[in-house]
Amino acid sequence: MSNLEKYNKAFMETFEIGEDQLNGLKYQDIEAWDSVGHMGLISALEDAFDIMMDTDDIIDLNSYEKGKELLSKKEYGGKF
Amino acid sequence: MTFDDILAIPPYSLNEVEKDKLLTERLLDLTHHHLGSCTEYKRMLDATGFMIGDVQSYKDLLFLPVRLFKELELKSVPQEDVVKTMTSSGTTGQAVSKIYLDKTTSSNQQKTMVKIVSDFTGSSRMPMIIIDCPSVVKNRAMFSARGAGILGFSIFGAKKIYALDDNMKLDVAALREFLEKFKGQRIMLFGFTFMIWQHFYKELLRLKEEGITFDLSNGILIHGGGWKKLISEAVSHDEFHKRMQEACGLHDIHEYYGMVEQTGCIYMECECGHLHASNFSDVIIRRPLDFSEAAIGEDGIIQVVSTIPESYPGHSLLTEDEGTVLGIDDCPCGRKGKYFKINGRLKNAEIRGCSDTYAAKF
Repeated sequence: MSNLEKYNKAFMETFEIGEDQLNGLKYQDIEAWDSVGHMGLISALEDAFDIMMDTDDIIDLNSYEKGKELLSKKEYGGKF
Repeated sequence: MTFDDILAIPPYSLNEVEKDKLLTERLLDLTHHHLGSCTEYKRMLDATGFMIGDVQSYKDLLFLPVRLFKELELKSVPQEDVVKTMTSSGTTGQAVSKIYLDKTTSSNQQKTMVKIVSDFTGSSRMPMIIIDCPSVVKNRAMFSARGAGILGFSIFGAKKIYALDDNMKLDVAALREFLEKFKGQRIMLFGFTFMIWQHFYKELLRLKEEGITFDLSNGILIHGGGWKKLISEAVSHDEFHKRMQEACGLHDIHEYYGMVEQTGCIYMECECGHLHASNFSDVIIRRPLDFSEAAIGEDGIIQVVSTIPESYPGHSLLTEDEGTVLGIDDCPCGRKGKYFKINGRLKNAEIRGCSDTYAAKF
């Protein structure tokens, strides 16, 4: 599975949404992505990429696009 | 001064003069904002004859009684911007406070909490044991103070388990498996004081008699929510520490003081056993007779101010707790700011606090 596929899957499974809803999705846009859902998303991403994210990055991850940028950082080794 | 400017400063680095300047500027901005955005707030301030131009220091700002949030729906943003409503903990039948959060305030709460807690735990996340049951965070639209506390601290947990099941029974097998898996690593434990005592400590003690022991000497425990019930069982702060260490080796224990009306700005207990105010907030002890500021070492009613609240006018509140400032800028732990202790609830005040309201059933 490519990184993008893993990334999308974490979003879709955590929030129970389709691929067509991903682009432009922001924190608090949908009911499922609230503060509880957010921690669920972080767990899913950490499992999928086998990483541990910093608290600052967890807070900064406030959109679908921002998450890709954060996971592309050297320490997480994601490439999209 | 924006909130991001405050976030950029290390949380316990400002001395009394610097902090007074920062708080005065930010809290005056917030007062202007709420006067312009919350009609009820403006009416109350107008009725008292409060003149914002007379304010020299944040200590001159008016405070609202904390229970007002039970009686009025106070917000400074339109309803459609509210993303989360938090409620205070209360015993059955008791009215609860409702606190309305927009995106900005909610996110600043979490950022603040991370800054404060990281100063004690370090910034790396650790395996985390939540000494509570998973159902507490189930209702997502209406957040209880207990759920908010758990969720706020969850960010520090890399892998998490709830140590109790929904009947508040210790899940011994799950706990053992978790500790085995993360053997040798530093582990964070979080919970509310009474639940820890009743459902964790007492159970560990019982298991110990059966020869089943757990080693939590690598753990760091953060707990809060009130001592009322434990005091009635004659368990003091020191006794709590001593017994936890005896039961499972846990010795790195920090209490925190905080309330849902000012989520994010918690007051953490340092290595010397003192609660500390960070740059983000402050406590002012008031004399009950005339509300003048009490001296260091003098008991009084606790007023809390917070730099966070933008979506509701809760930046300056009078609590129903009693406390004493122990000193300013000179705690042996090295942190700047006020350090203080809590003496308990005012006489005839309602029971509140995540630990105390739960304990009222026992």
